[in-house]
Amino acid sequence: MLSTLMLGAAEAASANLFDQWWLLIKDKAVAGQLDFWQTIYKEIYQNVLYNNRWQNYLKGLGITLEVSFFAALLGLFLGMLLALMRLSHAKPLQKVAGVYVGIIRGTPMLLQVLIINFGIFGTIAIDRVIIGVIACGLNSAAYVSEILRSGILSVDKGQTEAGRSLGLSNWQTMRLIVFPQALKTALPAMCNEFITLIKETSILAYIALTELTKAGDYIRSKTYSAFTPYIVSGILYLIVTGVLTKLLGKLERRLRQGDNR
Amino acid sequence: MITVKDLHKHFGKLEVLNGINQHIAPREKVVIIGPSGSGKSTFLRCLNLLEQPTSGQIFFEGTEITAPKTDIDAIRCRMGMVFQQFNLFPHLSVMDNITLAPITHKLMTKEQAQKRAMELLTRVGLPEKANTFPKQLSGGQQQRIAIVRALAMNPDVMLFDEPTSALDPEMVGEVLEVMKQLALDGMTMVVVTHEMGFAREVGDRVLFMDGGIVLEEGTPKQIFENPSNPRTQDFLRKVL
Repeated sequence: MLSTLMLGAAEAASANLFDQWWLLIKDKAVAGQLDFWQTIYKEIYQNVLYNNRWQNYLKGLGITLEVSFFAALLGLFLGMLLALMRLSHAKPLQKVAGVYVGIIRGTPMLLQVLIINFGIFGTIAIDRVIIGVIACGLNSAAYVSEILRSGILSVDKGQTEAGRSLGLSNWQTMRLIVFPQALKTALPAMCNEFITLIKETSILAYIALTELTKAGDYIRSKTYSAFTPYIVSGILYLIVTGVLTKLLGKLERRLRQGDNR
Repeated sequence: MITVKDLHKHFGKLEVLNGINQHIAPREKVVIIGPSGSGKSTFLRCLNLLEQPTSGQIFFEGTEITAPKTDIDAIRCRMGMVFQQFNLFPHLSVMDNITLAPITHKLMTKEQAQKRAMELLTRVGLPEKANTFPKQLSGGQQQRIAIVRALAMNPDVMLFDEPTSALDPEMVGEVLEVMKQLALDGMTMVVVTHEMGFAREVGDRVLFMDGGIVLEEGTPKQIFENPSNPRTQDFLRKVL
């Protein structure tokens, strides 16, 4: 209780400070006489600080991350399944997976999102976050499966033969010998796919999911600033993808070191 | 131990094996020689079904392994194989390479498997390499590890597919030495090789293959000193 009060007080104090700074230049702003730095402050004040608008971006970022994370999981799981189906010896499985990948890769993601939102879940009351996860996950799965498939194919056939000659089953050989090596080869492309996925969730703005892009768009509709809200959203995207690139780069380097131990 | 009846293998229109009949006895060392493309590697790879024969039968200790219902994985546990390109698992340490199969098959606990691996590594003179990775080893060392990996399953027979062909000349000796030791220990061995010295010294029986059939077979003495078939004579003249 006490801490909430204190937080509230601190917020009010800081808000007051920003508001006071704004009041200092407000008249000049109305008259259109702001200098460069004052213009920048005006933009930041209106698009980020005023009325705690920064919270909109953070909420949007939260939803973007939430959708991306679960869509990546779904995509990874489904993608593995599809890759194994395409590499299996059962013709019908190959066909099904091939057609799926063909359809997903051959149609715009926006169209897929619209079909899933209005077509499949059109009459069902369901959280848009879940729709977003499903739409992006199904899309990503097709690309992940191709990445994994090429990774698996890049592993020398002799590895499979060595595994099988030791009496390991097809699946054991895949799991213990081929897959770990395939994953290492596929990691850079997977990193790319995850980053693409994060950015592509912005398409969900179309179905009124208030993720990071839509959040920026919402602010624009309030302030009529054409640049600042989108730039704020863009910076947040950059931070997330930058951190992810760093992390996966580290992982990749560690795996490569394993080669030369 | 292994009986092969009328074995045929076609790759599309190409007939690689044209009817092979063989019986390999326990503890026997059979060495297969012949020009490249003669089908000797394909024959060896058929023995543990890495190649699926087009027709014919293969029996291993009374079980027909070419029968569709045979559990080939169980059969392969008793047949070790060594490849020309070693095919060690690059993502695993030497120790893990060796213990992977026995542990996965639950034949041994991890501790037992590691103890056995160290014994075998000592036998091939590489006990200090247990915690290194394949890429840090020379070709000869890698191939010795590959032999140990196959032996760790305690197989009844060892198949060697040109085990020294990918090695630098100075490393051939160390691998052949391990194989000779294995032969002295009484292992049943089927070896495809171009090492005529090894064939002569270790083989109980030498098969000369050409055109997908066994053209001539006999003791090393017969084959190397008194070959009867002109193609055998021609081949030996070129390689000896």
